[in-house]
Amino acid sequence: MTDRSFGFRTRALHAGTPPDESTGARALPLHLSTSFVFDSAEHAAELFALRTYGNIYTRIGNPTVAAFEEKLASLEGGLGAVATASGLSAQLIAVLSLAQTGDHLVASSNLYGGTVTQFSVTLKRMGIETTFVAPGDFGAVRGALRENTRALFVETIGNPSGNVADLAALAEIAHAGGIPLVVDNTFATPYLCRPIEHGADVVVHSATKFIGGHGTVLGGALVESGRFPWGAGRHPLLNTPSPGYHGLNFVETFGEYAFLTRARAEVLRDVGASISPMNAWLLVQGLETLALRMPQHVANARAVAEFLRGRAEVAWVAHPDLPDSPERERAARYLPLGAGSVFTFGLRGGREAGRAFIEALELWSHLANVGDAKSLVIHPASTTHQQLDDEQLIAAGVGPEMVRLSVGLEDVADLVWDLERGLAAAARAARVPA
Amino acid sequence: MILETASARRALLDRSRTVAMVGASPNPARPSYFVFSFLRTRGRFDVAPINPTVAAIDGVRSYPSLAAYAAERGAPDIVDVFRRSEEAPQVARDAIAAGAKAIWFQYGVINDEAIRLADEAGLDVVVDRCLKVESARFDGGLALGGLNTGIVTARRRVR
Repeated sequence: MTDRSFGFRTRALHAGTPPDESTGARALPLHLSTSFVFDSAEHAAELFALRTYGNIYTRIGNPTVAAFEEKLASLEGGLGAVATASGLSAQLIAVLSLAQTGDHLVASSNLYGGTVTQFSVTLKRMGIETTFVAPGDFGAVRGALRENTRALFVETIGNPSGNVADLAALAEIAHAGGIPLVVDNTFATPYLCRPIEHGADVVVHSATKFIGGHGTVLGGALVESGRFPWGAGRHPLLNTPSPGYHGLNFVETFGEYAFLTRARAEVLRDVGASISPMNAWLLVQGLETLALRMPQHVANARAVAEFLRGRAEVAWVAHPDLPDSPERERAARYLPLGAGSVFTFGLRGGREAGRAFIEALELWSHLANVGDAKSLVIHPASTTHQQLDDEQLIAAGVGPEMVRLSVGLEDVADLVWDLERGLAAAARAARVPA
Repeated sequence: MILETASARRALLDRSRTVAMVGASPNPARPSYFVFSFLRTRGRFDVAPINPTVAAIDGVRSYPSLAAYAAERGAPDIVDVFRRSEEAPQVARDAIAAGAKAIWFQYGVINDEAIRLADEAGLDVVVDRCLKVESARFDGGLALGGLNTGIVTARRRVR
């Protein structure tokens, strides 16, 4: 073996996926097996007691899933990863590895709506309370920390607002408060930003998006840096005897691996939100070409943003890479290769213009997802948020005029051609001169 | 020599067979027991506890000292150290006297004097690493846990 530090593209192809040891297969084998035989009764006992490594049951681990986990961990610069059924389950398992009833989280107020619901409804019902604060207001973030706060949660690029988190500053605030910074890096992917390099301790992903890259399968993962001092006193779930493992103390026994071991062996085991090996296999295919796809996503998104910015039917464009974006400085620091390809813009003419715009499109797929190779569009006011009136929409940060794009890999000229048709329809609906 | 690279640690493990584990505990909740049990059941290493307070752990005879081990079994390939950092220099002297080829200081066992003594006596030295983790890094075990081994290769691993 060699001690060379290999580049991102090389690791995207090779990390976690050496040739198969038993067959020599060059591609990653798909291990569609729920269970794995024990060598002996003693071997089984050692596995269940976490004293040796190996496979037991696919809910806890699987060789194909492990290959995806190691590859993603390598690309994020982490110690290891735990893959899950979806991005939301990755977050749930990250939180439940750190917090229990009576505990508290601080989270950015600019988060994916599904995350807001998970935190403010489901986790709240489980007795874990969340305070939402503007991630750019450092005083508010600091002021929201309590004795029982277990983590600070932000998105690298906020969905759908497009705000870019100041990861280094937030990591410093979190660490001063004795807690880890947990970052949802879904919109950036490790190709555009590696939060651990900026001080983050745990990274979560919806791998469903750009990592899979083709809109085919759901999946999620959490990655950990291995640097956070879990034994320093603020995380008793990791540093007191576990009733789930005969009094085992994860920090004492597993050292830097304490968080990842508990996340898998106790939380994933008990929550059961495991990824299918089939999905992990497809996500590995996605990671292999991530470094080829992301630059094209970025270039197409910039071209589309520039086009929209020059149009009279468009009131505003919120893309962090635009020269007049308030996010530009942070985007240049944390996303030097580009701020991804998901962004929003506002149509003149409000809700009716938005509906007309969407219905006139031929090439952009109208659906609720992002990060596909195909270009996607959604108008929240006439779909996901249609039950809200205009005032409620604005309160939710989703104006009636807002359209979200996820720019894919088609020819830009064709994307722009289609948007022009949509804008013409929007203008007719809004009676705004084009 | 202080072994600081993954390839050097791998080479040490490949050329080693006998491990004398100073501070091995029979308590199943202790980290040293995890490492002992892992090494014992894998069959790759011939591991023995060095612990004067017990006669044996899981049927493997325990020796009261490294000197007692060496008198009966000869020089160990690796002395694995599960002691407090301040006790490490004495363990290093004992390991040198026992003719050990390498000394391995587990997570958190960090003592400059102990490292210097062993290094100057010609032993291979590993510091602040876990023998179980490093062994599993190179035998595929760590990878099965979704952990980042740092290994990048297009060569098929041979058992």
